[in-house]
Amino acid sequence: MHLLYQIFIDPFMQMGQAPDLLVQTLWEGLVGGVLYALIALGFVLIFKASGVFNFAQGIMMVFAALTLVGLYEKGVPAPLALLLAIGVMYLLALGVERVVLRPLVNQPDIMLFMATFGLTYILIGAGQLVFGGDPKEMPVAALGLPKGAIDLKILGGLVSLQKIDIAAAIIASIMVAGLAVFFQKTRIGRALRAVADDHQAALSVGISLNQIWVIVWFTAGIVALATGIMWGARSDVSFALQVISLKALPVLILGGFTSVPGAIVGGLIIGIGEKLGEFYWGPLVGGGIESWLAYAIALAFLLFKPEGLFGEKIIERI
Amino acid sequence: MRKLKKAALALIATTALAASALPAAAEDIFVPLFTYRTGPFAGSGTYIANGMHDYLEMLNQRDGGIGGVKIAIEECETGYNTTKGLECYEAVKPKHPVLVNPWSTGITLPIIPKAAVDKIPVLSMAYGLSASSEGDTFPWIFNPPDTYWDGMSMIIKYIAAQEGGLAKLKGKKIGYLYLDAGYGKEPLPFLADLSKELGFETKLYPVAAAEMQNQSAQWLNVRRDRPDYMIMYGWGAMQPTAVKEAVKTNYPMEKFISIWWPSEEDAKGAGKEAAGFKTLNWHAATPDFPVIKDIEKHVVGAGKSQTPKDQLGTVLYNRGVYNSMLIAEGIRTAQKLTGKKVVTGEDVRRGMESLNIDAARLKELGMDGFAGPIKLSCADHNGHRPTFVQRFDGAKYVKVSDWIEPMHDKVGPLLKADAKAYAEKNAGWPKRTEACDSK
Repeated sequence: MHLLYQIFIDPFMQMGQAPDLLVQTLWEGLVGGVLYALIALGFVLIFKASGVFNFAQGIMMVFAALTLVGLYEKGVPAPLALLLAIGVMYLLALGVERVVLRPLVNQPDIMLFMATFGLTYILIGAGQLVFGGDPKEMPVAALGLPKGAIDLKILGGLVSLQKIDIAAAIIASIMVAGLAVFFQKTRIGRALRAVADDHQAALSVGISLNQIWVIVWFTAGIVALATGIMWGARSDVSFALQVISLKALPVLILGGFTSVPGAIVGGLIIGIGEKLGEFYWGPLVGGGIESWLAYAIALAFLLFKPEGLFGEKIIERI
Repeated sequence: MRKLKKAALALIATTALAASALPAAAEDIFVPLFTYRTGPFAGSGTYIANGMHDYLEMLNQRDGGIGGVKIAIEECETGYNTTKGLECYEAVKPKHPVLVNPWSTGITLPIIPKAAVDKIPVLSMAYGLSASSEGDTFPWIFNPPDTYWDGMSMIIKYIAAQEGGLAKLKGKKIGYLYLDAGYGKEPLPFLADLSKELGFETKLYPVAAAEMQNQSAQWLNVRRDRPDYMIMYGWGAMQPTAVKEAVKTNYPMEKFISIWWPSEEDAKGAGKEAAGFKTLNWHAATPDFPVIKDIEKHVVGAGKSQTPKDQLGTVLYNRGVYNSMLIAEGIRTAQKLTGKKVVTGEDVRRGMESLNIDAARLKELGMDGFAGPIKLSCADHNGHRPTFVQRFDGAKYVKVSDWIEPMHDKVGPLLKADAKAYAEKNAGWPKRTEACDSK
């Protein structure tokens, strides 16, 4: 009986008794969720264009941020380092298309998936070789990003909003909106959707598959850079960030592998869900439930929507 | 042409294989260093790897090795990953290492049963299984100068001193933020015992390795629970993130105390607001010692190291130097005991058990005032030495306490009981038959 009380009554009592903490938890979940959504978006972009689950998306985030910070530490001014990091992500997209994707056209998807594994280890090695393995501090001020917090004395307590988190939420929202417009309204966006629907049909109407792949990988690289900057500013830029990117998996399961809105909604549900779960229900089992709770939430949703919240219903004749 | 290419490739592969299987030269003493310069824990591991390597290399360059015998140093990258660490262990085993340093509690634990069989001593310096300090049960394992239980007891004693005595801890709330792995869990039974005995409440905040840089939920819990003090057992990227989150949560930094692992870089990232953050330590965190000057002259300055000059004298670099000093002194003692120049793992085990680094020896080593004396014995493979508290002032750590002795009366019996339980749990655990040179 006591256990039932602790599970079903007490957490909600706590929410009512300390609404400021509830708002703070929701805010932390929202910020985390936005960043998960951005990581997931990188996966979705590439999956939509090539049907490949890009295992290297996490390390692309680390590599992009590391390039920026590494160049800055070598004396390159932050804005220039940012531009150069974008340039490096373009070269990476070009290289991936030429060396990895092009030779594997018409090979089974699993081959492409395995190739992204290889890419992951190449990027880890290259990153460590060039910039070293130690964590690096993101030059927040030099990049023009805000520091400090806005403390709101509301709801009988304190809600503290870190300015960098607010910036992360705004930048992520702008990026998501920009990508949505890019896909819906531009010629390249429509071409990309055509490629996603059917490679051969797209080729037959003159769409260059190679060009689309470069654009998609470059866009995913930009998304990775933005995520790396934001997450790096919250903690540090280190190879441990790569592990966080795996949080995109439950987001993708939840939102569907091919849906941009799914990545966003999924990210927010996972972000907010895991923070609420860890904060209100975690202490019941000694804490530390955050790392698996995301998967539990995603699997619970799948019971009702097996294709994910926004995933395409696949009907195959057998 | 194609045939030629194939032959060349085969030749390269065969040479590489043969080279990897070769033991170190017979006239060398082989000391493998398990390090991690890559992966999520590289931020801590790189400093230690540099310190360990540079001290041994300095002995090679300055003195021609130990007792006139060159040290064959070989690093094996573990990435702080247990599987990779065990691969490293198996890879170095045929080369007859005189000792291994796993540099991970997770790697140490599975190596413990292998050590006696393979006759390779294990040095897990201030980490690993706390109970392995009991030499009668674990004759091949050494974990000086303190166990994690000693560390916890010293932190609690320091907190008690701030509050006016151990009795004042009754009713206090102490939070424990820890890496949710073998290392972080190691002091949990001891903390539970202390909490029961001294009457303070413990709040646990585990951090999964995957969430090291995503600790906002843990710190929200800290904000709700309002612990009077926070204790941290972290590593790698967990530490700078925790310090940043503590600042973000407005937790009083003076009451945030860590075990001995955070570096200056771990605190610096949070800016000046991190001032007040404290850690335990048992050695100096400056380059102002002859030993460091010698490293600078013979190794770093001579381009025989990867260490940037400004890393000399930092907390974790000096930790690596101390670790290698213990190895070197263990080898030197083994040479004295056996009269042999090229010693084996069995000899070094005896050397480690007879280790006696007093103040005079520290001075000879160029480490006068670097750390306190330490003496091991057949029964005590740890020493259980006092540590001090150092405070981060915004740029560096400054010693702010006297030497604090561990709670010997509490830790000692628990370690003995735990060692006994370990031997009983592992059926067929061998009774000690190894010779003892130092009662």
